[in-house]
Order: sequence, then C-alpha cells, then structure tokens
Amino acid sequence: MEVSSFFEVRDLVARVGDFEVGPLHFEVARGEALALVGPSGSGKTTLLEVVCGLREGQLVRGEILLGGESLVGMNLEAREIGLVPQDVVLFPSMTVREHLEFGLRVRKRLGKKERREVEGLGERLGLGELMERKVKGLSGGEGRRVSIGRALAFGPRLLCLDEALTGLDEARKLGVMEVLREFLRGGGAALVVEHGETGFREVEIG
Amino acid sequence: MFSIFLVVMLVGYGSLLFLLVGANLTVVSWGEVLRVLEDESIQRAVRLSLVSATATAILAIFIAVPVGYLMSRVEFRGRVLVDTLLDVPILLPPLVVGLSLLVLFNGVGVWLCLVILAVGFLAMGLWFSGQGRRGGVVVFLGLCGGCGIGAFLLRGSGASLENLLTGAGVPVTFHPVAVVLAQLPVAASFAIRMMRSTFDELGTRHEELARSLGCGWGGAFVRVVWPLAGRGILAAGTMAWARALGEFGPVLIFAGATRGRTEVLPTSIYLEVNLGNLGGAAALSLLMILMAVGALVLVRLVMGREVWR
Ligand SMILES: Nc1ncnc2c1ncn2[C@@H]1O[C@H](COP(=O)(O)OP(=O)(O)OP(=O)(O)O)[C@@H](O)[C@H]1O
Ligand SMILES: [Mg+2]
Repeated sequence: MEVSSFFEVRDLVARVGDFEVGPLHFEVARGEALALVGPSGSGKTTLLEVVCGLREGQLVRGEILLGGESLVGMNLEAREIGLVPQDVVLFPSMTVREHLEFGLRVRKRLGKKERREVEGLGERLGLGELMERKVKGLSGGEGRRVSIGRALAFGPRLLCLDEALTGLDEARKLGVMEVLREFLRGGGAALVVEHGETGFREVEIG
Repeated sequence: MFSIFLVVMLVGYGSLLFLLVGANLTVVSWGEVLRVLEDESIQRAVRLSLVSATATAILAIFIAVPVGYLMSRVEFRGRVLVDTLLDVPILLPPLVVGLSLLVLFNGVGVWLCLVILAVGFLAMGLWFSGQGRRGGVVVFLGLCGGCGIGAFLLRGSGASLENLLTGAGVPVTFHPVAVVLAQLPVAASFAIRMMRSTFDELGTRHEELARSLGCGWGGAFVRVVWPLAGRGILAAGTMAWARALGEFGPVLIFAGATRGRTEVLPTSIYLEVNLGNLGGAAALSLLMILMAVGALVLVRLVMGREVWR
C-alpha cells in the first residue's frame, strides 16, 4: 500500500475555453507549503480555483485528494479550503471583523474563544485598528490582508494563496509569512502562487 | 460640432418633456385643483392608488428576486422560451392583459386549470428525477398530487376561480383586490428584467467565494448577494411602483371603473375626460406627476445614503 499524502493531485487537466493546463501531478504533506510557479497566463489561478471547487466545469480529468478523500464532485462549501483569490473579492456590506468571522459564523462555531482568536489573527495581520471598518475604502494591501484573514480564520485544511503578498510592503510580507508558517505548524497545508521567491518547494506549471 | 449636436438633442427632448408636463398647467386652475383634492371619491382613488401600487411593487419584488436570480444563474434547456414568456405581459396590449385575467377568473373551470397545472408539475418532477435531484422530485410530485386531488374534487362542478374565492369571502373581480392583480403582470415583468440584469452585473464571484468559506447556496444568497443587490432591488421596486401607479388598461377591464370603489387615479382621469372636464383631468395628471416624482426623489434620497444597512 502506498502511503497517501495529505493533499494530492493526480493527472489533473483543466480547460478554460481554448486554454488547457496539465496534466499535473504533485503531493503536499501536512505542514508543508508548495509553490506553483509559471509565467503569467500559465494557468496557476485556474488550477487553484479548480482545486477549491469554484470551477467544477473546467476540470477535464484527474483526481484531487485531500486527507484521503476525493474532492472531485464535492460541493465547494464542504471542501474546507481557504482561498485567497487573486482578485480579492470582499463583501461590501460587511466590516473587517465580519469578514474574519464569516467562515466560523456560517459553521455556527463562533464562540467566545473563537472571537478572541479572530481578534488575535486580526492583530497579527495588522488589521487591529480596522476591525470595525466597512471594507469599502480599504487600501489594496489592507483588502488583501482581510482576504487572507477570512480564508484562515475558520481553520481550513488547505490554504490556497493566489498572489496574496501582492501590494504588501516588506514588513507586512514577513508578518503574513509568519502567520502562514504558524498555520502550517498547526498541521495545515498550503498551495502558494507568488511571482517572487518564497523559499517553498516549487512545482512548475505549464 | 458633435458636442453641439449632443446638447441640441438633450435640450430638444428635454423641452418636449417639459412642455408635456407643463401643458397640464395651462388648462388647470387653482379652483379645479382644490375641487379635485376635496372630492371624496378622488381622495379614495388617491388612497387606493397608493395602497395598490405599493402592494403590487412588494409582490413584484417578491417574485422578481428569485425569478431574476434563477434566470441569471442557471442554464437550462428552454431558457429562451421562458425568457420570452416572462416578457409577455409587457408585449401584450394592456386591455388583453385585463381581458385574460377576467376570463381566467370567470370563464374557466378551476378543475381545468388544476389539471393543466398538475401536468406541468408532473413534467417538472420527471425532469428533476432525470437530474437525480430527489428534493425537486418530491416537491413537484407533491404539487402535482395536490392539484390532481383538487381537480378530482372539483370535477364537473364547473366552478370558476371567482366562484371559489367569493365563496371563501374574498371576491376579486370588480373589487379592489383586482386592481393589484391587474397591475401585477406588467410591473412584475419589468421588475424581473431589472433584477436579472442586476444579478448579471454582480457576477458570481461573491457567492462562489462565500460558498468556499462554508455556507450553502441559499446562505450565500442571503448573506452576500442580497445586500449587494440592495440598489437593484430598490430600483426595481420603484420601477414596479411607478408602472403600477399608472396602469390603466388591465384595471379598467378586470377591476372596473366604479366611482370611489375600484377607482384609481388613472381611472379618475379617464372618468373626468369622459365627462368633458379637461381641467379636472389635468389637475389629476398633475397630482400623479407629483406623486411619481415624489417617489423618485424619495428613493434617490434613500439610495444616496448608504444602501448597505
Ligand atoms: N473565462 C476565460 N475564458 C477564456 N480564457 C480564459 C478564461 N479565464 C482564463 N483564461 C485563460 O486561461 C489562461 C490561464 O489563466 P490563469 O488566470 O489561470 O493564469 P495565471 O497563471 O494565474 O496568470 P497570472 O500569473 O497572470 O495570474 C490565460 O491564458 C487566460 O487568458
Ligand atoms: Mg493568476
């Protein structure tokens, strides 16, 4: 019997219009982050969003396994994957705090302890002052950190970061990386798309 | 030159609109306005107009939000057909809408309507079972069964919808309720178009992301899409309200033009014109213009402030 890794992609092919990416194979262990690298337009975003279930129609073939369970055909709300999309996508009616609490609230898991943890996460992402602000009018970098916090706070099994460090200064980048490392130490796994150096093991796309 | 052309078009059309509204002023006298405002049946008409248009707008939104959302988000066979069907009330001559309502409520046996509905629901149930969606099958077969039983019980009685409703104590035809039903088809069609384009413009990104964070489709709609659609809902509601306020053809046929009972403001204008009282009619037009503009301004004011809660 082969020992199954925590997250695994086998023979995955995805297609958008005329564009095709794959076949791809890779594995990610618990506590590990994998960097997907490739030139602009090579299909990194497509791949991440297929994994997250946002583009079920674009999956042509292949297998995606998380914790030994197949994600293919699974509802996206059941996957427990935190996505930080390249285009950020915040909810204009909500405050920063409501964004961070969103995943916990919809799971009815938002207790005293969780509220404190959200508070702490906000602090570490440098959002402490902004917690009660509506997200309208946040700066680009602030919005991206809200998006990161929202994807992390509910305790996903896998984190997908699509150029999540874009628009952050060096100090903020280090802060986010620290938060990411802590998530990995807690037994999560991550797929990271970055144009700069990340120090993670890399897989070439396209 | 081009900029002058653009301005000329705007000023030209703007003047035409201005004259259209202003023309009423030339035939109106203060005495006429006062008489109209003091006339008891016209006061009742104002009230019925406001109440019925508001009820219609609420119903129209209640229909338009889910229907517009479905039409915007779900691909299915026959979508073009359904889309056209939804526009039918706009395309039909208003009098035909009224006549159709009159016939539906008074000329057709309820059992026949129920049979037709049962067949439709059965088809939907079969379609859902082809898709392997058990919930849909149960709901539609349930509805089919309900209609089937109803049709069986009423078979041969020949009772029309109006007979049944009157028996239940809610007479419709030529009663105030009919005003709302007469206003609804056109108002709802407009509201559906507006809601659909609102949802089209919003795109699916927000709800997809909300779902990836763990809430179901319905939850994503309530928490994320609904607040985003706030402006569109308000705009569609205003549109439906204004359409309903001015609706006349269907109201005349289905609700009648009984002074002080099913009389709405367009009916009052019609009755005044019939009596040869152009001044009274113009005074009423002015009143309607003021009400419509007032509603528009009110909505603008509300929208100007934060729509998000
Ligand atoms: N809806 C679509 N219809 C047609 N082609 C699309 C669509 N979405 C993406 N593509 C194409 O798919 C390819 C991959 O896009 P993708 O966004 O995955 O690239 P990427 O690797 O994330 O690039 P970047 O680094 O610039 O973000 C591109 O060539 C893009 O033009
Ligand atoms: Mg990308």
